[in-house]
Amino acid sequence: MNVVLLVLQAGLRDLSRNRWIVAYTLSFLGIAEGLFWFGGTGPQVLLSLLNLVLLVLPLVALVFGTIHVYASREFVELLLAQPVPRRELFAGLYLGLALPLAGAFLVGAGIPFVVHARDGATIGGVVALLGAGVGLSLAFAAIATWIALFTDDRLKGVGLALGTWLVAAVVYDGLVLGAAAAFGNYPVERPLLGLMLANPVDVARVLVLTQLDVSALMGYTGALFERTFGTALGTGIAAVALVTWCVIPLGLAGRRFLRRDF
Amino acid sequence: MRHALVTALALFAAQPALADDLTVGAGGRFATISAALEAARPGDRVLVRAGTYREPTLVIRTPRLTLEGQGWPVLDGQGVREVLVIAADDVTVRGIVATSTGISNLEDRAGIRAREVRNCLIENNRLRDNLWGIYLQRSADCVVRNNDLEARGLRQTESGNGIHLWYSPGARVENNRVRGHRDGIYFEFSSHGLTRGNVSERSQRYGLHFMFSDSCAYLENTFRDNNSGVAVMYSRGVVIARNRFERSWGSAAYGLLLKDISGGEITDNTFERNSTGIFVEGSSRLAVRGNTFSQNGWAAKVLADADENIFSGNQFSGNAFDVTTNSRSSNTTFDGNWWDEYAGYDLDRDGVGDTAFHPVRLFALVVEQHPAALLLLRSPLVSILDAAERVLPVLTPEALVDRRPLMRPPR
Repeated sequence: MNVVLLVLQAGLRDLSRNRWIVAYTLSFLGIAEGLFWFGGTGPQVLLSLLNLVLLVLPLVALVFGTIHVYASREFVELLLAQPVPRRELFAGLYLGLALPLAGAFLVGAGIPFVVHARDGATIGGVVALLGAGVGLSLAFAAIATWIALFTDDRLKGVGLALGTWLVAAVVYDGLVLGAAAAFGNYPVERPLLGLMLANPVDVARVLVLTQLDVSALMGYTGALFERTFGTALGTGIAAVALVTWCVIPLGLAGRRFLRRDF
Repeated sequence: MRHALVTALALFAAQPALADDLTVGAGGRFATISAALEAARPGDRVLVRAGTYREPTLVIRTPRLTLEGQGWPVLDGQGVREVLVIAADDVTVRGIVATSTGISNLEDRAGIRAREVRNCLIENNRLRDNLWGIYLQRSADCVVRNNDLEARGLRQTESGNGIHLWYSPGARVENNRVRGHRDGIYFEFSSHGLTRGNVSERSQRYGLHFMFSDSCAYLENTFRDNNSGVAVMYSRGVVIARNRFERSWGSAAYGLLLKDISGGEITDNTFERNSTGIFVEGSSRLAVRGNTFSQNGWAAKVLADADENIFSGNQFSGNAFDVTTNSRSSNTTFDGNWWDEYAGYDLDRDGVGDTAFHPVRLFALVVEQHPAALLLLRSPLVSILDAAERVLPVLTPEALVDRRPLMRPPR
């Protein structure tokens, strides 16, 4: 366990020296605060931030994460030469990346909502947005780690990260929209819900929707949505799915890390 | 001072000669309310002390009578009959608890019914678990105020309306609280009524439902968590102002449903968190002004058969969809509203945006055709599609446009 802390500490020190993470925190702080500043009410700021969270968080986590893991390569190799359990080394490596990312978002986006607590954003909405952001950071940090361990070619790794982002954030929804239109005459709600759960960006979005837009979701004619989103069930399902999206890539990356030959 | 006191005492002492107080219950002259009602003369007061009274349906046949409960006496219908009927003019009923009419499919049992009378006053009563709560039947100029009604019917078919008006013109329904009835407040063929300050919630159907009731005003009421919201149909000259419509959720639930209404004013209301805020069908010459639409699924659905309606000075924020319609053409005017999604500029600084705002989003049309696509709401992809459509409108109705969008929320 000491090793986890040690590597985590090293990672944190490394990252805090890194101006990127500071700029990242400040930019969220600036944007969220700015949205309030320019006359936004709580719900509006939440919705504006949602778009940012869905696009920017995965991008930063993927690109920054892959680069970070590549950059830690020599440090990792050095430690591997020591009598150190690989499992703990990996945990430290991942946490050293994921925690600052999630923390930076939490601080940057969270503080303005605490400051402007009276501006009408519901607690459920804020918690859902912050939770979705943290979940996305953790999930995409895990995916980034996996990509970086998957290939030694840095260019290829970053390219893969960018491609993953494009698919997860934009292309996937386009395909879903196409499918919904093409199979509109069939009962598509259930498969569609399943498709939503198969993409972490959509999971995060649905999680926030269940808090912010339940009035619209309940307007849908199908009873399935009513049962799913009318209660805490929808929020629960989305939250569990997001956690799953952190665990699975992390497991894959961990397995790769334990087995590969450095 | 002393002189005034003596006069007052003398007046008080003289009172019984004009109108008697008939006391019912523990220590009173009468054991049953029926006996007291039988003995009462016009202008008398029947005072009912605390206790539970299980008597056949009580009928007030004496004009100018006051039936007053002291310490909330319970008038129990025992699940088999109507509780209290007012069948004389100028009667006042206050301070009683009317309960347990039971369910009937053959008769409309009410907690308190006014039957073909004028000028009754029903105030400060509690009605619990009745099929119908307060029922005004062909009764003119009655006042129903400060009553508290609650029903626990499980199905629409097994429950009646809270405050029900049928052919009862000139009524004033004020500051009542209604929960769990089929329709909280119902007006049919009852014109020139005033409904103010009521709270109607958790109705199995509509919080407020009115049909064929011209020239009515609905002010400062709150309608919340009603299964289908509020429905206003087939009436003229209706004023709906400063009400709150909240949390009507469902595919057929509307904050406010307007069907075949002509010449009404809908001003300064708040529509919050409804699946559909306001739904306009076949209605004409409505002025929808100064309302706030916030966090609704669809803030306004305006069908193409609605004519000459004007939306102005309203505030739209945080709605999934601001406006939808079912046609490329539109006879409804949107002018000078504030839209949180408006991204235009104001170079001449007159508070009005220099570019027009098209409130119908492309995604709204997509969802109209493929409802399940709703799951993609707020997706970045959808934002991109909407933005593209705004720049080059191809599919969305070009006629439906606000040419003078406000830069700041009104008020």
